[in-house]
Amino acid sequence: MAHTLPEHPAKLWRNPEPKRSYDVVIIGGGGHGLATAYYLASEHGIRNIAVLEKGWLAGGNMARNTTIIRSNYLWDESAAIYEHALKLWERWPDELDYDFLFSQRGVLNLAHSLQDVRDSVRRVSANKLNGVDAEWVDPDEVAKICPILNTSHDTRYPVLGATWQPRAGIAKHDHVAWALARRCDQLGVDLVQNCEVTGFLKDGDRVVGVQTERGPIRAGRVGMAAAGYSSVLAEAAGFRLPVQSHPLQALVSELLEPVHPTVVMSNHVHVYVSQAHKGELVLGAGIDAYNSYTQRGSVHTIEHQMAAAIELFPIFASAHVLRTWGGIVDVCPDASPIIGPSPLEGLFVNCGWGTGGFKATPGVGSVFAHTIAMGKAHPLAEPYGLERFTTGALIDEHGAAGVAH
Amino acid sequence: MLLIECPWCGQREETEFRYGGQAHVDYPSAPAETGDTEWAEFLFYRDNPAGPFAERWMHAAGCRRWFNAVRDTRTNEFLGVYRIGEGQPA
Ligand SMILES: Cc1cc2nc3c(=O)[nH]c(=O)nc-3n(C[C@H](O)[C@H](O)[C@H](O)COP(=O)(O)OP(=O)(O)OC[C@H]3O[C@@H](n4cnc5c(N)ncnc54)[C@H](O)[C@@H]3O)c2cc1C
Ligand SMILES: [Zn+2]
Repeated sequence: MAHTLPEHPAKLWRNPEPKRSYDVVIIGGGGHGLATAYYLASEHGIRNIAVLEKGWLAGGNMARNTTIIRSNYLWDESAAIYEHALKLWERWPDELDYDFLFSQRGVLNLAHSLQDVRDSVRRVSANKLNGVDAEWVDPDEVAKICPILNTSHDTRYPVLGATWQPRAGIAKHDHVAWALARRCDQLGVDLVQNCEVTGFLKDGDRVVGVQTERGPIRAGRVGMAAAGYSSVLAEAAGFRLPVQSHPLQALVSELLEPVHPTVVMSNHVHVYVSQAHKGELVLGAGIDAYNSYTQRGSVHTIEHQMAAAIELFPIFASAHVLRTWGGIVDVCPDASPIIGPSPLEGLFVNCGWGTGGFKATPGVGSVFAHTIAMGKAHPLAEPYGLERFTTGALIDEHGAAGVAH
Repeated sequence: MLLIECPWCGQREETEFRYGGQAHVDYPSAPAETGDTEWAEFLFYRDNPAGPFAERWMHAAGCRRWFNAVRDTRTNEFLGVYRIGEGQPA
């Protein structure tokens, strides 16, 4: 019996040769770089743009994250930018004309100690004041939302309640990247893969382009969206960033029947779990402690998060680990990102999203594009400038970033 | 899992150790005269190279002593370990 192979899908983007000069060059073809190019082209009328990616498109953290989207952060500055992103997520499937399986199945952030309870209740109140949907739910309500969660009192760290954000959820990350890449390409953006930026072209203190493995490329303005590699680029440009690059790992099980209706995160036993559309359980936890650019971490970190998951979900004890992997995340001292001008004219920075920047993708695109186009920080990005490390106006989100993501 | 050589106890598994980040970061020598920019550097800025990195480890489940190591962050290979007070190996 002769089988014909399925039609190769239409190419979603061209693979252009880089031109010698652009109005704007974005370094890094992950979610943030693509979203920034999309808004530069669609909202700021700049069409002569290149996104330069050293590997393949969206093969960095964009391909490796566990896709949790939520906006229930503590401080006003954070609620503003993450909620801006969430509202854009709600529009994107239509706007980009691409069903990337954005599923608003809600997120439970569990509390297991009295301090957890106090912090969570405080965060719910702060969220409400900021117009973010949030509720404090008691253990019985938690059990109703997620029946497979062990809410009995008879555990080492009983669930004392949770914060609940119904509009939170997950999306299919690679499809998000493809949706953006297709739209950028339609708008005339050059998406250039296998083009590592190795240095900067400068005219005094002004950046006028980039040096790449495929030759120099001049640019009116340059935006950095290189996630884990941001320090390496900053060093090449001649300044320092207060970020550290760490491995962050995640894992999936085999495909299972749908059993897990929402997203559950626990800072205290330190794991988070959702179930992807295809059926695999998606688990993650914290970073490996040491700095590394290897895109891999240590196996005890994985063991720890599995132990925590089974504590919370006894039903998962018979599931198997199918795959584990790691990304390189750029972590800031206050668990908040850096967005804004750099010490060099013409060069703009977006980095430090650490373990939680996927959810911000549309928000980053919109505020970073504005920042680059206008030459100064978007109002939502203003608190996120590098100056905060000198003024001391940190935006400490260690609580809400928690197990991260 | 990294295999780490404590300069006192020899090779042990990573789970016995605590990580301490960049080594050789000095406390400002004249705190009262140190300006905001220098404090920011001391408090929040650390090197983050893709390559050899001098860093601190503590043998938490062993001798509980701090020591320094140079590790290549591109491969995780330890290039050398040395005791506090000893100079960084070339
Ligand atoms: C295991 C894991 C789980 C995560 N889970 C979540 C989650 O559930 N929710 C959430 O919100 N966030 C999560 N994150 C964080 C999120 O993935 C990142 O914050 C976000 O992806 C960073 O933005 P990006 O997509 O642009 O990064 P990336 O996709 O990493 O893009 C940066 C790109 O820059 C390229 N680059 C670097 N240097 C150069 C250079 N010199 N020249 C050219 N190109 C260069 C890289 O190759 C890369 O493709 C997770 C991360 C990991 C690793
Ligand atoms: Zn020892």
